[in-house]
Amino acid sequence: MNETRPARADAFAAAPREGLFTRFLGPRRRSGGAQKPGPIVPAGSIAGRSLTIVIAIMSFLACLTLGAVTLVRDASLDWQSDITREITIQVRPTEGVDLDQEAQKATAIALSAKGVASARALADWENAKLLEPWLGSGLDMSDLPIPRLIVVELSDPEAVNLPALAERLTQEVKGASLDDHRSWTERLKAMANATVIIGFSILALVFVATVLSVVFATRGAMSSNRDIVSVLHYVGAEAGFIAREFQRHFLLLGLKGGLWGAAAASFLFALLSFFLTRSLATPEGDQVSALFGRFAIGPQGYIGALVIAVLIALMTAVTSRLTVYRHLAALE
Amino acid sequence: MGAEVLRDLSFQIAPKSFQFLTGPSGAGKSTLLKLLFMSLKPTRGLITVFDRDVGTIRKAELPALRRRIGVVFQEFRLLDHLTTFENVAMPLRVLGREEISYRADVIELLKWVGLGDRVHALPPILSGGEKQRAAIARALIGQPEILLADEPTGNVDPPLAKRLLRLFVELNRLGTSVVIATHDIGLMNQFDARRMVLHEGRLSIYE
Repeated sequence: MNETRPARADAFAAAPREGLFTRFLGPRRRSGGAQKPGPIVPAGSIAGRSLTIVIAIMSFLACLTLGAVTLVRDASLDWQSDITREITIQVRPTEGVDLDQEAQKATAIALSAKGVASARALADWENAKLLEPWLGSGLDMSDLPIPRLIVVELSDPEAVNLPALAERLTQEVKGASLDDHRSWTERLKAMANATVIIGFSILALVFVATVLSVVFATRGAMSSNRDIVSVLHYVGAEAGFIAREFQRHFLLLGLKGGLWGAAAASFLFALLSFFLTRSLATPEGDQVSALFGRFAIGPQGYIGALVIAVLIALMTAVTSRLTVYRHLAALE
Repeated sequence: MGAEVLRDLSFQIAPKSFQFLTGPSGAGKSTLLKLLFMSLKPTRGLITVFDRDVGTIRKAELPALRRRIGVVFQEFRLLDHLTTFENVAMPLRVLGREEISYRADVIELLKWVGLGDRVHALPPILSGGEKQRAAIARALIGQPEILLADEPTGNVDPPLAKRLLRLFVELNRLGTSVVIATHDIGLMNQFDARRMVLHEGRLSIYE
């Protein structure tokens, strides 16, 4: 812990430990009361530095996990709301019935229902485009018995009475059926929920790992300070005084490490989001944005990172405090 | 629980008295000092410190009582990252006092123990004798009523040992009770004082 001390001490053996200004202004007047004596807990020790690094790494990992989980959760909520906001009415061609007229009727019925934002029959060219992968392009589809699709967008999925709408459609429009994508939504919902649950489980595991490694690293750093605790104890310091000295030191240490980790994670997310935004026009970018939205973490994620950093710092401080009390109990 | 280190002891350290505590290595000198300093509790028997039964003192009261006792450890126990001044001032600093209020006292004491030119030196570059004197100064700075010193001359040459002894005698004249644990017969012969001799866990006192 004091490898570097003797060299430094040699250089300043009897001279006051003052800075550059002393040469010009004369020896520091310590009795002036403005200067504070050296910290009771040494500021920079090897154990302290390793602890800062461990804290920074664990904080970085915890923040990354939190960001990833936030991203997956937001994306899955987006998928769900997108899918439940759209239903499709299919009008199949029937002998002796004007398909266009039936489709118009169905559109009108859909529009009259509560909670519907818009209803629109797909145009011929849109149908052609949907069938293109199977039938190829440049086909005249007017002769083919292709059902009409009406895309209905809902403004409020909760307010729509889907069974009533389906019944009215089958009664009033020939060959009409309503597809509310329910089986899709259910499966997607289950998948999204599973993803989020897995994400939160990983987050919980990372948090537990963070807590344990921070606690053990703090205890490790404290073991090199055992002597200080016992000397303070023997010169008659109250347990609270000793605990406060260490707590303050380790809180700062934890904050430093925690904020470094959180800042690195935030920077990484900002960087990724920047590059993905730039590549949005490319097909790969489209795929990523289809899955993860705009890959933006949002203020929640950044505040979360800050909270993680502060929590880790508090944990470090509390651990050092408890370790002081444990050392003191062993001394009594 | 191990074997009994000390048994059947009965003695009193009178105010303003001076005594040597002696005996062969392993006789229990350090243990007895720890008992007096309340960092050990007796498994049985009664120890009264400042008219208080050690067995009934609450933990929270210990720091205040310990401040009335100065201790010089055999292995000095100076903090290597603090200067001689800061080490010696520690007992006052832990009371929450401002440096300005004790600076002059500490400097004066450091001069008195011959460390006036080592005020800003860090312990790793101090000689054994200088560390010893710094440790003694730290024990004295709070003007304790009792001074317990564990082999305070164990690491110094005879002339310095003599000087340190004079320091303790001077301190005793100023009103502090002094207990010096030592097995240095030469040192004890230099000053006529009460001798408490520990042998195989038992104590004989020669006034």
